[in-house]
This record gives sequence, C-alpha cells and structure tokens, in this order.
Amino acid sequence: MKGCFRQSMAWLHTWTGLLLGWLLFAIFVTGTSAYFQEEITRWMTPEVRSVPSDPASGFVAATEWLKREAPGGSEWSIYSTGKRAAGLQLYWVNGPDAPADAPTSARLDGTGTKVFARETLGGWFLYRFHYDLHYINWYWARWLVGIAAMAMLVAILSGIVTHKKILTDFFLLRLGKGQRSWLDAHNASSVLFLPFILMITYTGLVSLATHYMPWGIAANYANQGKFFEAAFPWPVPAEKAGPAPLAPIGPIVERAERMWGTAAGSVRILNPGDRTARVIVSGAPDAGMSVRLRSMTFDGVTGRPVDAHDPSGAATATEGTMIGLHAGRFASPLLRTLYFMSGLAGCVMVASGLILWTVKRRAKLPDPDRPHFGFRLVEKLNIAAIAGLPFGMAAYFLANRLLPLGIAGRSEREIDTMFIAWGAVAIWALARPARRAWPEALSATALAFASVPLVNALTTDRSLAASLAAGDSLFAMFDAVMLVLAAGFGWAALKVARRRDREAASRGSPMRAIAGAEAA
Amino acid sequence: MSRAVQNLGGARAREIAARALAAVPLNYAVTAALTMLIARLLPGGGAQASIGATMLSFAIFAGLAMTAFAVRSVAKLWIGLVVAGLVAGAADWLLIAAGGRL
Repeated sequence: MKGCFRQSMAWLHTWTGLLLGWLLFAIFVTGTSAYFQEEITRWMTPEVRSVPSDPASGFVAATEWLKREAPGGSEWSIYSTGKRAAGLQLYWVNGPDAPADAPTSARLDGTGTKVFARETLGGWFLYRFHYDLHYINWYWARWLVGIAAMAMLVAILSGIVTHKKILTDFFLLRLGKGQRSWLDAHNASSVLFLPFILMITYTGLVSLATHYMPWGIAANYANQGKFFEAAFPWPVPAEKAGPAPLAPIGPIVERAERMWGTAAGSVRILNPGDRTARVIVSGAPDAGMSVRLRSMTFDGVTGRPVDAHDPSGAATATEGTMIGLHAGRFASPLLRTLYFMSGLAGCVMVASGLILWTVKRRAKLPDPDRPHFGFRLVEKLNIAAIAGLPFGMAAYFLANRLLPLGIAGRSEREIDTMFIAWGAVAIWALARPARRAWPEALSATALAFASVPLVNALTTDRSLAASLAAGDSLFAMFDAVMLVLAAGFGWAALKVARRRDREAASRGSPMRAIAGAEAA
Repeated sequence: MSRAVQNLGGARAREIAARALAAVPLNYAVTAALTMLIARLLPGGGAQASIGATMLSFAIFAGLAMTAFAVRSVAKLWIGLVVAGLVAGAADWLLIAAGGRL
C-alpha cells in the first residue's frame, strides 16, 4: 500500500502493535507470573508448611476426610496439582440432606488434615487474569485477549518480514544511544526469543481455540455438547441404587499408576457409598507434556477397572501438547525458570516496542515540549501500563500480608487493592507531565517491590533471613525476586531521571538564548 | 496545497479502512468457511478433524490478515476474499447437506 511489501508490513507491525500493546503487556506480565503460580500461592498462604511427599497416600487420607465431612455427597473430587502444590484441593457436591450453605471445597495437607490459611486466590488470580481479565464478563474478556493475541501474531509475522538482518540483531545491543538503543532492545528481546514468543502466541490461541473459532466443530457436530462428549468425556453420577461400601482407594490409584508408569493427579468419586459408585483416576498434570490427561474408570464397589480414556488421536495429542507447551506444567525447575525468563523477554519486547513508538516520533514533533493529543495519550498509557501493573502486583502481595485476616471477602479485597494501586499510577501519569511521571512511577514501583520482603519479615515468621536459615528455598527465592525487581525498576527510574535532566539542560540553553534575543 | 494533502489523507484513510475491514471481519468469515471445509475433509473422525481444522484456522487468519495489507489492489483483495469465502461456504453447505452432522 505504501509502495513496497516490506514497508506495508512495517506499517502493519507498528499499528497492530500499538493498538493492543497495553493489553498485551498485561497479558505477558501476568502470564509470566503464572509459571510460578503454585509458588506464589504458597508464599501468599504462609500458614501452610507441609507439602505431601506422596500424593497416593494423600488421596487415601482425603477420601477418609470426605467420608467424615461430606457423607451422602453425589460427587467428590480430589486434585493434586503435582509436586509443587501445597496440599490437595477438594471439591464436592453435597447430598440433598445437607444445608444449602454447607461448604463444597477444602484444602488438605498431605496427611489429610484441613489447612487453615488466609483467604486468598494467590497466584491463581494472576493466572486467571492472564486470559479472563477481571471485573468484566469472562466471555468478552476472552475475546479481547484473543484479539490481542491475534494482533500479536500478525505483529510478529509482519515484524519478521520487516526485518532485514535477523542474525545481526541477535548480538546487537547498543546501550545509551536513545532511539537506536530502544530499537536494539526491541529487536534483541524479540529476535533472540522469537521461537518462544511465536510458540507462546500460537499456543495461547490454541488454548482457547473453540472459543474463537467454533466453526470447525460446527462443521461436524450439530451442537458443541456432542463434540465435547466425544473428545473430552466427563462422566456424571448415575441414579443412586442403594448403599454399598466404597472400595479402598489406595489400590485403585496404585493400579492406574502402574498401568501408566506415571503418577496420578486427581481422583473423582461419583456416588460414593452407593452400588453405582465410580472412581475415575486421571494422570498428574506435570507427568507429561499434553494437558489432555489419561484416565481410568473403576467400579467403586469392586474396585475393578471398567473403562479407560486415552486422548491419543493425532489432533488431540497435538492440541494437548500445544496447550501443554503454553502452560508449562510439565516443566522441571530449571525449564520453568527458562520459561519465566522468556516470559520476561516477552514483557521487554512489548514494553520496548511501546516506548519505541513515542521515542521515534518525539524527534519529528513540531514542538517537542507541546506534543499533540495522540502522542501524549500513548506516552501516558505507556506509563500507566508499564509501571502501573507491576506496582499493582506489588500492592497485591503487600495486601496479602497487611489486610486483617478475618475480614469478609478478603481475597476479593486483595484483588481490589491491586487495581486501586494500578489505577492510582494511571491517574498520576495523566496528571503529571510525562517527563516527571516516568521516574516517579518507576521509583514508586521499585519501592513497593522492595517493601514486600520487609513487610513479609514484619508480619510473618518466614522472613528472608529465617527462610535462608531454614533452607526454605521457595520463600527465600520469592523475597529475592522481589528485591531483583525492585533493583530493576530502581535502575530504570535512575536512567530516566538522568536523561530528563540531560535533555532539560541541553534544551534549556538555546531556549534562553532565543528568549534573550527576542527581549533584545 | 494543503487541500491536496488533506484529500490525499482522506483517500489514504479510506484505503486503510477498506483493508482493515477486509483484514478483520471479512477475513473472519472467510477463515470460518475454510475451517469448516478443512474440518469436513480431514480424516480420522469428527472430533479429530474438528480439532485439527480449528488449530489451523489461526494460521489461515494471520496469513489472510497480512495479505490484506500486502496486496496492491484493494478491489482485487475484496473480490478474492469474497469469492474464496463464497466457494468455501457453498462447499460446506453441500458437504453438510449430503453427509449430515454428528
């Protein structure tokens, strides 16, 4: 359109990138944090100390607990999210005799004792925000996220086309050179991590594929329910037929694990204590790459296997592995750290691209001191997104430690705190000149992250020093990462403040000279 | 001269709008029709074919979106997409009418 193919792709890259860049930044930041979802949750529930060493015995203990606490229920589910999670998560459906407000979920430790922890959604909230956002209907939120992801895919592909020297940009990072440095940062973070970024964008779309593109199903199925029944069967309790004792769960889980050669991750019991009882054992989410798990169904009275589900069709396996690659539940600690670093590179790619948009145009402005509305809007939204969201996340962690333990709706208050803090930075960015708002917002974010380990030390007995002494690597790492983030934002604030001073000095003198000449 | 520049700006804005409409809503309709066609044609049973086609749909959409901004003639772009969509849609309709759905 503007002459040659490469130019039109450059144009497409700039504008799709800008239009959805802020949302993409939020998706990248919260998605990156989600690689340590379980670890964040464990840090946010400091009361929980024990982790099951053996999930198989945990399932037996959880079943005994459910027999006591939820008798007559029509369905019990026991989930272990794998080796990293703190305890087991239980859900159940109460029988008709139970009061309407009876609980339907609990968290147990590995020995089958109910865990009493502060009410928080922990890392799970950040994970859900990654694709469901918050305060708005999840259905439309997923569409927004999908549009952003597709814009990202188009921006990446057109970015590749625009690129002349992929190999050089691998090694090119010229610092302290203004626009050139921003372009280098944008190129280095996106080219070096291109395989990851391309993979994560496509697999992200595949994760919610049927939401965005239900037409592939519509071609072969008259309704979606039939498709899901065929592709991902989910047995439901039968009509009850009279009491019969539940078969021991231990041998059933062992049998499934022996069959697969990998650990079990969840046990669903339909109609426990009834003649129609069924026990469905599914594989552990961290036992393989695909998120489509194998399962075996057992007769809940005799303990004999009656059915097995193995999602091994070519397309299902591809789809499950793509989603698995995206979510990284299979990843070992080292690979998980690499995932996290690649996610951070993605954040840098989006942020530097957004900043590059303003840096590139600032030089061409008719009057750099009084930019037009569009430029100012982009500049301020950049501050609100790039400094505001991390500030909000630090506030989320602080709220977890500082909000009173007993208040109603505590987990929702933690989330509110995050958005209030984020909104405060946005308002600050709108109210202040951008030149000042940048270093101010970045320093505030640095201070907020730095105060997280401090507040943790004051409000719990699991301070950084205590964690190091006790060899508690998870708590020590969390606090250390907070300090590294604080240092990173502090460094950025210093750089921006220095540049501002330098620019003010260099512009100050000719302006004064002109003013002097006019006065004369 | 300033009026000439403004007219040029208006023409450019119209061209971008025409390409954006082709790249997003029209593209979605064409991709949906092509995805349905692939889902009808892939082997391995309904569920596998549907999943496979759905996974491919994002590559089709991204490719068509880039094409919408890369080709020179906006008219040819629209004609090409509309014809492709109509042909695929007609094939979908015929295949479903003849073979039924699960």
